[in-house]
Amino acid sequence: MKKKQNTASINRRSFLKRSWLWLGVIAGVELTAITFSMFSPGKRTKAANSYTSVKTAGYVGNIKPGSVSPHRNGQFYLVRMNDGGFLAVSLTCTHLGCSVGFDAGKKQFICPCHSSVFSIGGDVLSPPAPRALDIYRVFIEQGQVKVDTDRKIRRKKFSKADLVYA
Amino acid sequence: MDQTGTVGKKKVRARNLILHVHPPKVRKTSIRFTLTFGLGGMAAILFILQVFTGILLRFSYVPSPNEAYDSILSITNTLLFGSLVKNVHHWSGIFFVLVTFLHLLRTFYTGAFYWERRWNWVIGICLMVIVMFSNFTGYLLPWDQLAYWAVTVSTSMLYYIPGIGESLTGLVRGGEEVGGNTLLIFYNFHTAILPLSIVLLMAFHFWRVRKNKGVVVSKDADETLVPADPDLVLKELVVALCLIAFVLLISIFFDAPLQERANPAYSPNPAKAPWYFMGIQELLLHFHPFFAAVLIPVLFLFGMFLLPFLKFKEQHEGIWFFNQKGRKLALIAAITAIVIVPAGILINEYFLDFEGWMKNIPPVISNGLIPFIIIGVILTAYFLFIKNRYKPDKSEFILFMFSFMMAGYAVLTFVGIWFRGPGMVLMWP
Repeated sequence: MKKKQNTASINRRSFLKRSWLWLGVIAGVELTAITFSMFSPGKRTKAANSYTSVKTAGYVGNIKPGSVSPHRNGQFYLVRMNDGGFLAVSLTCTHLGCSVGFDAGKKQFICPCHSSVFSIGGDVLSPPAPRALDIYRVFIEQGQVKVDTDRKIRRKKFSKADLVYA
Repeated sequence: MDQTGTVGKKKVRARNLILHVHPPKVRKTSIRFTLTFGLGGMAAILFILQVFTGILLRFSYVPSPNEAYDSILSITNTLLFGSLVKNVHHWSGIFFVLVTFLHLLRTFYTGAFYWERRWNWVIGICLMVIVMFSNFTGYLLPWDQLAYWAVTVSTSMLYYIPGIGESLTGLVRGGEEVGGNTLLIFYNFHTAILPLSIVLLMAFHFWRVRKNKGVVVSKDADETLVPADPDLVLKELVVALCLIAFVLLISIFFDAPLQERANPAYSPNPAKAPWYFMGIQELLLHFHPFFAAVLIPVLFLFGMFLLPFLKFKEQHEGIWFFNQKGRKLALIAAITAIVIVPAGILINEYFLDFEGWMKNIPPVISNGLIPFIIIGVILTAYFLFIKNRYKPDKSEFILFMFSFMMAGYAVLTFVGIWFRGPGMVLMWP
Protein backbone atom coordinates (compact mmCIF):
# COMPACT_ATOMS: atom_id res chain seq x y z
CA MET A 1 0.00 0.00 0.00
CA LYS A 2 2.74 2.35 1.03
CA LYS A 3 4.66 1.69 -2.13
CA LYS A 4 1.68 2.50 -4.32
CA GLN A 5 1.12 5.80 -2.53
CA ASN A 6 4.73 6.66 -3.14
CA THR A 7 4.60 6.12 -6.86
CA ALA A 8 1.34 8.07 -7.05
CA SER A 9 2.89 11.09 -5.33
CA ILE A 10 5.93 10.93 -7.60
CA ASN A 11 3.62 10.79 -10.60
CA ARG A 12 1.77 13.82 -9.44
CA ARG A 13 5.02 15.63 -8.87
CA SER A 14 6.41 14.69 -12.26
CA PHE A 15 3.10 15.65 -13.84
CA LEU A 16 3.30 19.10 -12.24
CA LYS A 17 6.93 19.44 -13.26
CA ARG A 18 6.05 18.58 -16.82
CA SER A 19 3.14 21.03 -16.78
CA TRP A 20 5.45 23.79 -15.67
CA LEU A 21 7.85 22.89 -18.44
CA TRP A 22 5.11 22.94 -21.09
CA LEU A 23 3.68 26.19 -19.74
CA GLY A 24 7.19 27.59 -20.00
CA VAL A 25 7.46 26.45 -23.62
CA ILE A 26 4.07 28.00 -24.49
CA ALA A 27 5.04 31.24 -22.77
CA GLY A 28 8.30 31.22 -24.70
CA VAL A 29 6.51 30.75 -28.02
CA GLU A 30 4.06 33.53 -27.20
CA LEU A 31 6.88 35.86 -26.23
CA THR A 32 8.75 35.12 -29.44
CA ALA A 33 5.60 35.71 -31.52
CA ILE A 34 4.92 39.01 -29.78
CA THR A 35 8.54 40.08 -30.13
CA PHE A 36 8.51 39.35 -33.85
CA SER A 37 5.23 41.16 -34.41
CA MET A 38 6.75 44.16 -32.65
CA PHE A 39 9.76 43.89 -34.95
CA SER A 40 7.66 44.57 -38.04
CA PRO A 41 5.86 47.88 -37.54
CA GLY A 42 5.36 48.09 -41.32
CA LYS A 43 2.00 46.36 -41.50
CA ARG A 44 0.02 48.90 -39.50
CA THR A 45 1.23 52.03 -41.28
CA LYS A 46 0.78 50.47 -44.69
CA ALA A 47 -2.91 49.72 -44.05
CA ALA A 48 -3.43 53.26 -42.79
CA ASN A 49 -1.91 54.80 -45.92
CA SER A 50 -3.49 52.55 -48.53
CA TYR A 51 -6.08 55.11 -49.63
CA THR A 52 -3.36 57.21 -51.26
CA SER A 53 -2.05 54.35 -53.35
CA VAL A 54 -3.92 55.20 -56.58
CA LYS A 55 -2.11 57.93 -58.51
CA THR A 56 -3.54 59.84 -61.46
CA ALA A 57 -1.00 60.07 -64.25
CA GLY A 58 -2.93 62.38 -66.60
CA TYR A 59 -5.52 62.40 -69.43
CA VAL A 60 -5.12 59.77 -72.12
CA GLY A 61 -5.14 62.44 -74.84
CA ASN A 62 -2.28 64.39 -73.29
CA ILE A 63 0.15 61.49 -73.24
CA LYS A 64 1.89 60.98 -76.59
CA PRO A 65 2.62 57.49 -77.91
CA GLY A 66 6.30 56.65 -77.57
CA SER A 67 6.73 58.83 -74.47
CA VAL A 68 8.11 58.12 -71.03
CA SER A 69 7.25 60.41 -68.12
CA PRO A 70 8.59 60.12 -64.57
CA HIS A 71 6.20 60.12 -61.59
CA ARG A 72 8.73 60.23 -58.82
CA ASN A 73 6.22 60.63 -55.99
CA GLY A 74 4.56 57.40 -57.03
CA GLN A 75 7.91 55.74 -57.75
CA PHE A 76 7.08 54.82 -61.35
CA TYR A 77 7.59 55.85 -64.96
CA LEU A 78 4.46 56.02 -67.11
CA VAL A 79 5.39 54.55 -70.49
CA ARG A 80 3.18 54.85 -73.55
CA MET A 81 4.35 52.51 -76.27
CA ASN A 82 4.24 53.50 -79.93
CA ASP A 83 1.07 51.43 -80.39
CA GLY A 84 -0.68 53.43 -77.64
CA GLY A 85 -0.43 50.84 -74.85
CA PHE A 86 0.22 52.10 -71.30
CA LEU A 87 2.67 50.61 -68.83
CA ALA A 88 3.63 51.81 -65.33
CA VAL A 89 7.24 50.72 -64.78
CA SER A 90 8.64 50.77 -61.24
CA LEU A 91 11.66 52.98 -60.55
CA THR A 92 13.26 50.29 -58.42
CA CYS A 93 16.03 48.33 -60.08
CA THR A 94 15.48 44.56 -59.72
CA HIS A 95 19.14 44.02 -58.90
CA LEU A 96 19.63 45.84 -55.59
CA GLY A 97 16.90 48.44 -55.33
CA CYS A 98 18.42 51.68 -56.64
CA SER A 99 16.22 54.10 -58.61
CA VAL A 100 16.75 53.76 -62.35
CA GLY A 101 17.14 56.89 -64.45
CA PHE A 102 15.78 57.39 -67.97
CA ASP A 103 18.10 58.14 -70.87
CA ALA A 104 15.84 59.96 -73.33
CA GLY A 105 18.38 59.75 -76.17
CA LYS A 106 18.84 55.98 -76.08
CA LYS A 107 15.31 55.30 -74.82
CA GLN A 108 16.64 53.13 -72.00
CA PHE A 109 16.42 52.94 -68.23
CA ILE A 110 19.87 52.89 -66.64
CA CYS A 111 20.63 52.00 -63.03
CA PRO A 112 23.32 54.23 -61.47
CA CYS A 113 24.39 51.63 -58.91
CA HIS A 114 25.56 48.65 -60.93
CA SER A 115 24.83 49.89 -64.46
CA SER A 116 22.01 47.53 -65.41
CA VAL A 117 20.21 48.68 -68.57
CA PHE A 118 16.51 48.16 -69.32
CA SER A 119 14.38 48.76 -72.41
CA ILE A 120 11.34 51.04 -72.13
CA GLY A 121 9.22 47.91 -71.71
CA GLY A 122 11.40 47.05 -68.71
CA ASP A 123 13.33 44.14 -70.24
CA VAL A 124 16.93 43.63 -69.18
CA LEU A 125 19.29 44.75 -71.95
CA SER A 126 22.43 44.51 -69.85
CA PRO A 127 22.96 42.67 -66.52
CA PRO A 128 23.56 42.37 -63.54
CA ALA A 129 19.78 42.84 -63.06
CA PRO A 130 18.26 39.34 -63.05
CA ARG A 131 14.73 40.16 -64.30
CA ALA A 132 12.63 42.85 -65.94
CA LEU A 133 11.55 45.94 -63.97
CA ASP A 134 8.42 45.46 -61.87
CA ILE A 135 5.19 47.09 -63.01
CA TYR A 136 2.13 48.55 -61.33
CA ARG A 137 -1.50 47.97 -62.33
CA VAL A 138 -2.72 50.61 -64.79
CA PHE A 139 -6.40 51.34 -65.42
CA ILE A 140 -8.30 53.96 -67.37
CA GLU A 141 -11.10 55.81 -65.58
CA GLN A 142 -13.11 58.63 -67.18
CA GLY A 143 -10.41 59.30 -69.75
CA GLN A 144 -7.67 59.47 -67.12
CA VAL A 145 -4.75 57.07 -66.71
CA LYS A 146 -4.55 55.82 -63.13
CA VAL A 147 -1.88 53.71 -61.49
CA ASP A 148 -2.37 51.61 -58.38
CA THR A 149 0.96 51.82 -56.54
CA ASP A 150 -0.15 49.61 -53.69
CA ARG A 151 1.39 46.44 -55.03
CA LYS A 152 4.26 45.75 -57.41
CA ILE A 153 3.76 43.08 -60.02
CA ARG A 154 6.86 40.97 -60.54
CA ARG A 155 7.65 39.46 -63.94
CA LYS A 156 10.54 37.78 -65.70
CA LYS A 157 10.15 39.44 -69.07
CA PHE A 158 8.04 42.08 -70.75
CA SER A 159 4.99 40.72 -72.56
CA LYS A 160 2.31 42.38 -74.67
CA ALA A 161 -0.25 41.37 -72.03
CA ASP A 162 1.29 43.90 -69.61
CA LEU A 163 0.03 46.79 -71.76
CA VAL A 164 -3.26 48.55 -71.06
CA TYR A 165 -5.13 50.30 -73.89
CA ALA A 166 -7.50 53.23 -73.64
CA MET B 1 51.19 44.12 -3.60
CA ASP B 2 54.58 44.14 -2.01
CA GLN B 3 54.35 47.64 -0.52
CA THR B 4 50.75 47.59 0.70
CA GLY B 5 51.89 49.14 3.91
CA THR B 6 53.16 52.28 2.22
CA VAL B 7 50.50 52.91 -0.43
CA GLY B 8 47.33 54.78 0.39
CA LYS B 9 43.84 53.36 0.65
CA LYS B 10 42.74 54.85 -2.66
CA LYS B 11 45.58 53.22 -4.50
CA VAL B 12 44.69 49.85 -3.02
CA ARG B 13 41.12 50.28 -4.22
CA ALA B 14 42.30 51.19 -7.71
CA ARG B 15 44.51 48.11 -7.72
CA ASN B 16 41.63 45.96 -6.64
CA LEU B 17 39.63 47.26 -9.56
CA ILE B 18 42.45 46.43 -11.96
CA LEU B 19 42.50 42.91 -10.55
CA HIS B 20 38.96 42.46 -11.84
CA VAL B 21 40.41 42.43 -15.33
CA HIS B 22 44.03 41.40 -14.90
CA PRO B 23 45.67 38.72 -12.79
CA PRO B 24 48.20 40.01 -10.22
CA LYS B 25 51.10 38.68 -12.27
CA VAL B 26 51.46 38.13 -16.00
CA ARG B 27 54.12 36.46 -18.15
CA LYS B 28 56.68 38.90 -19.40
CA THR B 29 56.55 37.53 -22.96
CA SER B 30 52.77 37.98 -23.10
CA ILE B 31 52.89 41.76 -22.69
CA ARG B 32 55.36 42.39 -25.51
CA PHE B 33 53.70 45.11 -27.63
CA THR B 34 54.58 43.50 -30.97
CA LEU B 35 52.86 40.25 -29.97
CA THR B 36 49.36 41.76 -29.86
CA PHE B 37 49.82 45.44 -30.80
CA GLY B 38 47.23 46.10 -28.10
CA LEU B 39 44.47 45.66 -30.67
CA GLY B 40 41.92 44.02 -28.36
CA GLY B 41 42.40 46.75 -25.78
CA MET B 42 42.08 49.39 -28.49
CA ALA B 43 38.76 47.88 -29.57
CA ALA B 44 37.54 48.14 -25.97
CA ILE B 45 38.65 51.79 -25.73
CA LEU B 46 36.93 52.60 -29.03
CA PHE B 47 33.76 50.94 -27.77
CA ILE B 48 33.82 53.14 -24.67
CA LEU B 49 34.30 56.21 -26.88
CA GLN B 50 31.33 55.10 -28.96
CA VAL B 51 29.13 54.66 -25.92
CA PHE B 52 29.99 58.07 -24.48
CA THR B 53 29.60 60.04 -27.70
CA GLY B 54 26.57 57.96 -28.66
CA ILE B 55 24.75 58.78 -25.43
CA LEU B 56 25.48 62.48 -25.95
CA LEU B 57 24.17 62.35 -29.51
CA ARG B 58 21.04 60.56 -28.38
CA PHE B 59 19.99 63.71 -26.51
CA SER B 60 19.63 65.59 -29.80
CA TYR B 61 18.96 63.00 -32.47
CA VAL B 62 15.37 62.33 -33.62
CA PRO B 63 14.84 58.99 -35.38
CA SER B 64 12.17 59.96 -37.90
CA PRO B 65 12.56 60.57 -41.66
CA ASN B 66 11.24 64.13 -41.37
CA GLU B 67 13.46 65.20 -38.50
CA ALA B 68 16.56 63.02 -38.53
CA TYR B 69 18.47 65.05 -41.11
CA ASP B 70 17.59 68.36 -39.45
CA SER B 71 18.61 67.07 -36.06
CA ILE B 72 22.00 66.10 -37.49
CA LEU B 73 22.31 69.60 -38.94
CA SER B 74 21.46 71.17 -35.62
CA ILE B 75 23.95 68.92 -33.80
CA THR B 76 26.61 69.99 -36.29
CA ASN B 77 25.81 73.68 -36.47
CA THR B 78 24.21 74.85 -33.23
CA LEU B 79 25.32 72.53 -30.45
CA LEU B 80 28.44 73.49 -28.50
CA PHE B 81 31.11 71.00 -29.61
CA GLY B 82 28.30 69.05 -31.34
CA SER B 83 30.34 68.69 -34.49
CA LEU B 84 33.32 67.33 -32.56
CA VAL B 85 31.22 64.79 -30.67
CA LYS B 86 29.61 63.67 -33.92
CA ASN B 87 33.00 63.39 -35.61
CA VAL B 88 34.46 61.38 -32.74
CA HIS B 89 31.48 59.03 -32.98
CA HIS B 90 31.94 58.73 -36.74
CA TRP B 91 35.68 58.13 -36.72
CA SER B 92 35.81 55.87 -33.69
CA GLY B 93 33.04 53.85 -35.36
CA ILE B 94 35.18 53.37 -38.45
CA PHE B 95 38.30 52.58 -36.40
CA PHE B 96 36.25 50.18 -34.29
CA VAL B 97 35.48 48.05 -37.35
CA LEU B 98 39.06 48.35 -38.57
CA VAL B 99 40.70 47.53 -35.22
CA THR B 100 38.33 44.61 -34.55
CA PHE B 101 39.24 43.22 -37.95
CA LEU B 102 42.98 43.68 -37.33
CA HIS B 103 42.51 42.01 -33.95
CA LEU B 104 40.96 39.05 -35.77
CA LEU B 105 43.96 38.91 -38.11
CA ARG B 106 46.29 39.09 -35.11
CA THR B 107 44.61 36.19 -33.31
CA PHE B 108 44.70 34.14 -36.48
CA TYR B 109 48.31 34.80 -37.42
CA THR B 110 49.63 34.22 -33.89
CA GLY B 111 47.74 30.93 -33.69
CA ALA B 112 45.32 31.90 -30.94
CA PHE B 113 42.46 29.82 -32.36
CA TYR B 114 43.37 26.26 -31.39
CA TRP B 115 41.14 23.95 -29.36
CA GLU B 116 41.74 25.47 -25.87
CA ARG B 117 40.78 28.89 -27.19
CA ARG B 118 37.97 27.68 -29.46
CA TRP B 119 35.14 29.45 -27.64
CA ASN B 120 36.94 32.71 -27.48
CA TRP B 121 37.57 32.48 -31.21
CA VAL B 122 33.83 31.86 -31.79
CA ILE B 123 32.84 34.74 -29.49
CA GLY B 124 35.35 36.92 -31.28
CA ILE B 125 33.82 36.18 -34.68
CA CYS B 126 30.36 36.96 -33.25
CA LEU B 127 31.70 40.25 -31.88
CA MET B 128 33.24 41.09 -35.25
CA VAL B 129 29.88 40.53 -36.97
CA ILE B 130 28.02 42.58 -34.33
CA VAL B 131 30.54 45.42 -34.62
CA MET B 132 29.99 45.51 -38.37
CA PHE B 133 26.24 45.57 -37.91
CA SER B 134 26.54 48.29 -35.27
CA ASN B 135 28.36 50.43 -37.77
CA PHE B 136 25.93 49.48 -40.52
CA THR B 137 22.80 50.35 -38.51
CA GLY B 138 24.41 53.66 -37.56
CA TYR B 139 25.09 54.32 -41.22
CA LEU B 140 21.40 54.95 -41.92
CA LEU B 141 20.77 57.38 -39.07
CA PRO B 142 21.96 60.67 -40.69
CA TRP B 143 19.26 60.06 -43.32
CA ASP B 144 21.23 61.64 -46.14
CA GLN B 145 21.59 60.31 -49.69
CA LEU B 146 24.72 58.34 -48.77
CA ALA B 147 22.94 56.64 -45.86
CA TYR B 148 19.68 55.96 -47.67
CA TRP B 149 21.14 54.34 -50.75
CA ALA B 150 23.90 52.43 -49.03
CA VAL B 151 21.27 50.82 -46.82
CA THR B 152 18.90 50.24 -49.76
CA VAL B 153 21.61 48.45 -51.71
CA SER B 154 22.87 46.45 -48.74
CA THR B 155 19.45 45.30 -47.53
CA SER B 156 18.50 44.34 -51.09
CA MET B 157 21.27 41.74 -50.91
CA LEU B 158 19.09 39.84 -48.39
CA TYR B 159 16.53 39.46 -51.16
CA TYR B 160 18.64 36.77 -52.79
CA ILE B 161 18.61 34.37 -49.85
CA PRO B 162 16.51 31.51 -51.23
CA GLY B 163 13.10 30.98 -49.65
CA ILE B 164 13.16 33.54 -46.85
CA GLY B 165 14.82 36.41 -48.73
CA GLU B 166 11.72 38.40 -49.51
CA SER B 167 10.16 38.20 -46.04
CA LEU B 168 13.51 38.81 -44.37
CA THR B 169 14.06 41.98 -46.40
CA GLY B 170 10.58 43.12 -45.39
CA LEU B 171 11.30 42.35 -41.74
CA VAL B 172 14.61 44.22 -41.73
CA ARG B 173 13.12 47.22 -43.50
CA GLY B 174 9.79 47.13 -41.67
CA GLY B 175 8.08 47.48 -45.05
CA GLU B 176 8.73 47.20 -48.74
CA GLU B 177 11.11 50.13 -49.03
CA VAL B 178 13.62 51.79 -46.73
CA GLY B 179 11.55 54.34 -44.79
CA GLY B 180 10.49 55.53 -41.36
CA ASN B 181 10.10 52.02 -39.99
CA THR B 182 13.55 51.05 -41.19
CA LEU B 183 14.98 54.08 -39.42
CA LEU B 184 13.22 53.16 -36.19
CA ILE B 185 14.36 49.54 -36.36
CA PHE B 186 17.95 50.50 -37.15
CA TYR B 187 17.96 53.13 -34.38
CA ASN B 188 16.77 50.59 -31.85
CA PHE B 189 19.38 48.04 -32.88
CA HIS B 190 22.09 50.67 -33.05
CA THR B 191 21.47 52.24 -29.66
CA ALA B 192 20.14 49.36 -27.57
CA ILE B 193 20.30 45.78 -28.80
CA LEU B 194 23.73 45.72 -30.43
CA PRO B 195 25.65 47.71 -27.79
CA LEU B 196 24.10 45.56 -25.08
CA SER B 197 25.15 42.40 -26.91
CA ILE B 198 28.65 43.81 -27.27
CA VAL B 199 28.87 44.50 -23.53
CA LEU B 200 27.78 40.96 -22.67
CA LEU B 201 30.00 39.23 -25.22
CA MET B 202 32.94 41.48 -24.40
CA ALA B 203 32.75 40.49 -20.72
CA PHE B 204 32.68 36.83 -21.81
CA HIS B 205 35.59 37.47 -24.19
CA PHE B 206 37.76 38.99 -21.44
CA TRP B 207 36.90 36.26 -18.98
CA ARG B 208 37.88 33.58 -21.50
CA VAL B 209 41.32 35.20 -21.89
CA ARG B 210 41.78 34.90 -18.11
CA LYS B 211 40.64 31.27 -18.25
CA ASN B 212 43.26 30.60 -20.93
CA LYS B 213 45.92 32.11 -18.64
CA GLY B 214 46.41 35.28 -20.67
CA VAL B 215 47.05 35.94 -24.33
CA VAL B 216 48.70 33.35 -26.52
CA VAL B 217 52.48 32.86 -26.16
CA SER B 218 54.80 30.33 -27.73
CA LYS B 219 55.31 27.08 -25.84
CA ASP B 220 59.03 27.49 -25.23
CA ALA B 221 58.75 31.13 -24.17
CA ASP B 222 60.42 32.57 -21.11
CA GLU B 223 58.36 31.87 -17.99
CA THR B 224 59.33 35.02 -16.06
CA LEU B 225 56.39 36.71 -14.32
CA VAL B 226 56.00 40.44 -13.81
CA PRO B 227 53.34 42.33 -11.82
CA ALA B 228 50.40 43.33 -14.05
CA ASP B 229 50.32 46.64 -12.22
CA PRO B 230 52.34 48.60 -13.27
CA ASP B 231 54.05 46.64 -16.10
CA LEU B 232 50.98 45.83 -18.15
CA VAL B 233 48.66 48.60 -16.95
CA LEU B 234 51.15 51.30 -17.88
CA LYS B 235 51.45 49.94 -21.42
CA GLU B 236 47.67 49.81 -21.74
CA LEU B 237 47.39 53.38 -20.51
CA VAL B 238 49.90 54.57 -23.10
CA VAL B 239 48.07 52.77 -25.92
CA ALA B 240 44.69 54.12 -24.74
CA LEU B 241 45.89 57.71 -24.49
CA CYS B 242 47.66 57.62 -27.86
CA LEU B 243 44.53 56.16 -29.46
CA ILE B 244 42.21 58.74 -27.93
CA ALA B 245 44.57 61.55 -28.94
CA PHE B 246 44.66 60.16 -32.48
CA VAL B 247 40.86 59.91 -32.74
CA LEU B 248 40.51 63.47 -31.41
CA LEU B 249 43.03 64.83 -33.90
CA ILE B 250 41.33 63.14 -36.84
CA SER B 251 37.93 64.37 -35.59
CA ILE B 252 39.16 67.95 -35.32
CA PHE B 253 40.51 68.05 -38.87
CA PHE B 254 38.13 65.77 -40.79
CA ASP B 255 34.36 66.15 -40.68
CA ALA B 256 32.02 63.19 -40.93
CA PRO B 257 30.49 63.32 -44.42
CA LEU B 258 26.92 64.52 -44.80
CA GLN B 259 25.32 64.61 -48.22
CA GLU B 260 21.95 66.01 -49.23
CA ARG B 261 18.77 64.93 -47.50
CA ALA B 262 17.66 61.40 -48.45
CA ASN B 263 15.52 61.31 -51.58
CA PRO B 264 13.97 57.91 -52.36
CA ALA B 265 13.31 58.91 -55.98
CA TYR B 266 16.91 59.70 -57.01
CA SER B 267 19.87 57.41 -56.56
CA PRO B 268 23.15 59.30 -56.57
CA ASN B 269 25.58 58.11 -59.19
CA PRO B 270 27.51 56.08 -58.11
CA ALA B 271 25.63 54.71 -55.08
CA LYS B 272 28.04 52.72 -52.96
CA ALA B 273 27.70 50.45 -49.94
CA PRO B 274 29.59 51.22 -46.68
CA TRP B 275 33.34 50.74 -47.15
CA TYR B 276 33.56 47.43 -45.27
CA PHE B 277 30.93 45.94 -47.61
CA MET B 278 32.71 47.35 -50.66
CA GLY B 279 34.44 44.04 -51.35
CA ILE B 280 31.04 42.35 -51.53
CA GLN B 281 29.75 45.16 -53.73
CA GLU B 282 32.68 44.58 -56.08
CA LEU B 283 31.85 40.87 -56.18
CA LEU B 284 28.26 41.84 -57.03
CA LEU B 285 29.48 43.44 -60.23
CA HIS B 286 30.88 40.11 -61.34
CA PHE B 287 28.57 37.45 -59.92
CA HIS B 288 24.86 36.86 -59.57
CA PRO B 289 23.81 38.31 -56.17
CA PHE B 290 23.07 34.89 -54.70
CA PHE B 291 26.73 33.93 -55.05
CA ALA B 292 28.30 37.32 -54.33
CA ALA B 293 26.18 38.45 -51.39
CA VAL B 294 24.88 35.22 -49.88
CA LEU B 295 26.84 32.05 -50.66
CA ILE B 296 30.43 33.37 -50.56
CA PRO B 297 30.06 35.36 -47.27
CA VAL B 298 28.11 32.53 -45.61
CA LEU B 299 30.69 29.92 -46.64
CA PHE B 300 33.49 32.16 -45.36
CA LEU B 301 31.79 32.76 -41.99
CA PHE B 302 31.05 29.05 -41.68
CA GLY B 303 34.71 28.25 -42.29
CA MET B 304 35.77 30.77 -39.68
CA PHE B 305 33.47 29.23 -37.07
CA LEU B 306 34.64 25.75 -37.98
CA LEU B 307 38.38 26.54 -37.83
CA PRO B 308 39.13 25.83 -34.12
CA PHE B 309 37.16 22.58 -34.23
CA LEU B 310 39.44 21.01 -36.83
CA LYS B 311 42.03 18.52 -35.61
CA PHE B 312 45.59 19.83 -35.76
CA LYS B 313 48.57 17.56 -35.17
CA GLU B 314 50.87 20.49 -34.63
CA GLN B 315 49.92 23.80 -33.03
CA HIS B 316 51.87 26.96 -33.83
CA GLU B 317 51.09 29.26 -30.94
CA GLY B 318 52.41 32.70 -30.11
CA ILE B 319 54.64 33.24 -33.14
CA TRP B 320 53.61 35.58 -35.94
CA PHE B 321 52.86 33.60 -39.11
CA PHE B 322 53.72 30.38 -37.24
CA ASN B 323 57.27 29.93 -38.62
CA GLN B 324 59.58 30.59 -41.57
CA LYS B 325 57.44 28.51 -43.93
CA GLY B 326 54.26 30.24 -42.77
CA ARG B 327 55.80 33.63 -43.45
CA LYS B 328 56.80 32.54 -46.93
CA LEU B 329 53.38 31.06 -47.70
CA ALA B 330 51.55 34.17 -46.47
CA LEU B 331 53.73 36.32 -48.70
CA ILE B 332 53.14 34.09 -51.74
CA ALA B 333 49.37 34.10 -51.08
CA ALA B 334 49.21 37.87 -50.71
CA ILE B 335 51.27 38.53 -53.86
CA THR B 336 49.23 36.04 -55.92
CA ALA B 337 45.97 37.60 -54.77
CA ILE B 338 47.23 41.11 -55.48
CA VAL B 339 48.11 40.03 -59.03
CA ILE B 340 45.26 37.73 -60.03
CA VAL B 341 42.28 39.51 -58.45
CA PRO B 342 42.77 42.74 -60.45
CA ALA B 343 43.53 40.62 -63.51
CA GLY B 344 40.26 38.73 -62.97
CA ILE B 345 38.35 41.99 -62.57
CA LEU B 346 39.78 43.37 -65.82
CA ILE B 347 39.16 40.15 -67.76
CA ASN B 348 35.57 39.95 -66.56
CA GLU B 349 35.00 43.64 -67.26
CA TYR B 350 36.24 43.58 -70.85
CA PHE B 351 36.16 40.02 -72.18
CA LEU B 352 33.66 37.83 -70.38
CA ASP B 353 29.91 38.05 -70.74
CA PHE B 354 28.46 34.76 -69.51
CA GLU B 355 24.96 36.13 -69.42
CA GLY B 356 25.16 37.39 -73.01
CA TRP B 357 26.61 34.10 -74.26
CA MET B 358 23.96 31.97 -72.58
CA LYS B 359 20.81 33.94 -73.09
CA ASN B 360 18.43 31.02 -72.55
CA ILE B 361 19.84 29.95 -69.19
CA PRO B 362 18.69 31.76 -66.02
CA PRO B 363 21.31 34.30 -64.80
CA VAL B 364 21.75 32.51 -61.46
CA ILE B 365 23.42 29.71 -63.47
CA SER B 366 25.05 31.59 -66.34
CA ASN B 367 26.34 34.47 -64.23
CA GLY B 368 26.54 32.59 -60.93
CA LEU B 369 27.12 28.85 -60.89
CA ILE B 370 29.27 28.63 -64.03
CA PRO B 371 31.83 31.35 -63.14
CA PHE B 372 31.76 30.13 -59.53
CA ILE B 373 32.71 26.62 -60.63
CA ILE B 374 35.38 27.89 -63.03
CA ILE B 375 37.00 30.00 -60.30
CA GLY B 376 36.59 27.17 -57.80
CA VAL B 377 38.43 24.76 -60.11
CA ILE B 378 41.25 27.22 -60.79
CA LEU B 379 41.73 28.01 -57.10
CA THR B 380 41.58 24.37 -56.05
CA ALA B 381 44.23 23.51 -58.63
CA TYR B 382 46.40 26.37 -57.42
CA PHE B 383 45.98 25.42 -53.76
CA LEU B 384 46.83 21.79 -54.52
CA PHE B 385 49.90 22.89 -56.43
CA ILE B 386 51.07 24.89 -53.41
CA LYS B 387 50.30 21.94 -51.15
CA ASN B 388 52.42 19.58 -53.22
CA ARG B 389 55.25 21.99 -53.70
CA TYR B 390 55.71 23.27 -50.12
CA LYS B 391 54.25 20.36 -48.14
CA PRO B 392 52.73 22.60 -45.45
CA ASP B 393 51.07 21.08 -42.38
CA LYS B 394 47.37 21.72 -41.80
CA SER B 395 47.77 25.04 -39.98
CA GLU B 396 50.22 26.36 -42.55
CA PHE B 397 47.96 25.36 -45.42
CA ILE B 398 44.96 27.09 -43.78
CA LEU B 399 47.17 30.12 -43.18
CA PHE B 400 47.94 30.14 -46.89
CA MET B 401 44.27 29.99 -47.96
CA PHE B 402 43.23 32.53 -45.32
CA SER B 403 45.93 34.95 -46.45
CA PHE B 404 44.88 34.53 -50.05
CA MET B 405 41.23 35.31 -49.24
CA MET B 406 42.09 38.25 -46.98
CA ALA B 407 44.41 39.83 -49.54
CA GLY B 408 41.81 39.17 -52.25
CA TYR B 409 39.06 40.83 -50.24
CA ALA B 410 41.34 43.77 -49.49
CA VAL B 411 41.99 44.22 -53.22
CA LEU B 412 38.26 44.04 -53.99
CA THR B 413 37.63 46.66 -51.31
CA PHE B 414 40.30 49.00 -52.69
CA VAL B 415 38.94 48.64 -56.22
CA GLY B 416 35.41 49.26 -54.99
CA ILE B 417 36.33 52.38 -53.04
CA TRP B 418 38.79 54.08 -55.36
CA PHE B 419 38.52 52.60 -58.84
CA ARG B 420 34.77 52.70 -59.45
CA GLY B 421 33.27 55.87 -60.85
CA PRO B 422 29.79 56.91 -62.03
CA GLY B 423 27.84 53.95 -63.39
CA MET B 424 30.36 51.73 -61.54
CA VAL B 425 32.74 51.74 -64.50
CA LEU B 426 36.42 51.18 -63.84
CA MET B 427 38.42 54.38 -63.67
CA TRP B 428 41.50 55.91 -62.09
CA PRO B 429 40.83 57.57 -58.72
